[in-house]
Amino acid sequence: MSDRIDITLTINGERHDIRVEPRKTLADAIRDDCGWTGTHLGCEHGVCGACTVIVDGATVRSCLMFAVQADGASIRTVEGLAQGETLHPLQEAFIANHALQCGFCTPGFLMLAAGAIERNPRMSDAELIEVLSSNLCRCTGYENIVKAVRSAMNQMQA
Amino acid sequence: MKPAPFAYHRPTTLDEAVAMLAEVAPLEGRVIAGGQSLIPMMALRLAYPTHLVDINGIGELDRVAVEGGELVVGALARHVRFETPVEPGPTGRLLARVAHNIAHFPIRSRGTMCGSLANADPASEWCLAAVTLDARLVARSRSGTREIAARDYFLGIMMTTLEPEEILVEVRLPLLPADARAGFYEFSRRAGDFALASCLCAYTLEGGLIARAWLGVGGAEAHPRRIADAEAALVGQPAGEAAFRAAAEIAAAGIDPLEDANTNAAYRRDLVRTVVRRALEAASRDAGV
Repeated sequence: MSDRIDITLTINGERHDIRVEPRKTLADAIRDDCGWTGTHLGCEHGVCGACTVIVDGATVRSCLMFAVQADGASIRTVEGLAQGETLHPLQEAFIANHALQCGFCTPGFLMLAAGAIERNPRMSDAELIEVLSSNLCRCTGYENIVKAVRSAMNQMQA
Repeated sequence: MKPAPFAYHRPTTLDEAVAMLAEVAPLEGRVIAGGQSLIPMMALRLAYPTHLVDINGIGELDRVAVEGGELVVGALARHVRFETPVEPGPTGRLLARVAHNIAHFPIRSRGTMCGSLANADPASEWCLAAVTLDARLVARSRSGTREIAARDYFLGIMMTTLEPEEILVEVRLPLLPADARAGFYEFSRRAGDFALASCLCAYTLEGGLIARAWLGVGGAEAHPRRIADAEAALVGQPAGEAAFRAAAEIAAAGIDPLEDANTNAAYRRDLVRTVVRRALEAASRDAGV
């Protein structure tokens, strides 16, 4: 009843033809079948946001989609942010503002912020805090994440 | 934390979808749209459908339109679409305020209004909006299409009159009058968490007095409900503190409160009193009138 299905995912521009069980989440397929392990899995039920990726332009939790639902989609993960050796402004800002400690939540926060800024490059402080309330970080107390994203947003507008 | 195995079906037309669902519904098959409630329940093994009929490939369901004084919302319209007003009147403004209270941005990018209505969580903001605004829900199965009035739709906690072989294809929300003022307020312990109580309301004024009123309470009972006695307490009164407090008292006294380990009946009534008053105050400040 749960025969495996052939699908194609394009992750950070690289095509992956894989065969998955329908119950495999997109997060597991990205990590286990396609080898992009930058995407982290925390809670596996949509609460923590560590697995946030961008699927065809939509910022989503990859543990709350089945891989078969992403057949044909173009997916961006944290590995797709840097251009070669040049880090994305968000990544630079996270370093400069000490916005990570253990780093487990960081890929999710980076993709959450990247997706939100693409949708609205001029978020107010209130809108930014509402967006960042989506994900959990157990180390930083969030203040430095807010500072980092604000700083990157200002730089990206300049 | 991994869902149990299931067979996956991805129809591209509604006819195909209802035919598939008719076959798999008796085997515990289910519809999936946004999946933002269903997939967590599957991950927690609270739900284990044997078949999923994925309606995301059915283009005709991805629509939001105003038709004959109603806002028609198809089964693939995602929450995020309502964050900016989908129509220029009070309904568009109200739904935009409501949408920002639904879970978080990535969940809103995927979850759908009709999916929330089908799931029927007691705290669902869209269920509250549907019942307060007198929505009609359109269900389709292999044997045809039927309409269900929102007031007849909810049966209990996550229970509705939708049949297993029916797909909720659209919801039709009557637009509020152009001069209506609308408000929404919910209380939850954390940003984006399930509301412990919520209120959605609207009213029109004639000669300085409230002429028509809509007032519903969510999160506090097994399903959201319009509170007719509270609406009656508003009509004929000036829109101000006295009437708002009277309506809030009636709503708080009139509910059959849900109770859990952290929320006893008295606390839930207190919350209802507060959210009703704050929603009415928000309506009195509604911009754009």
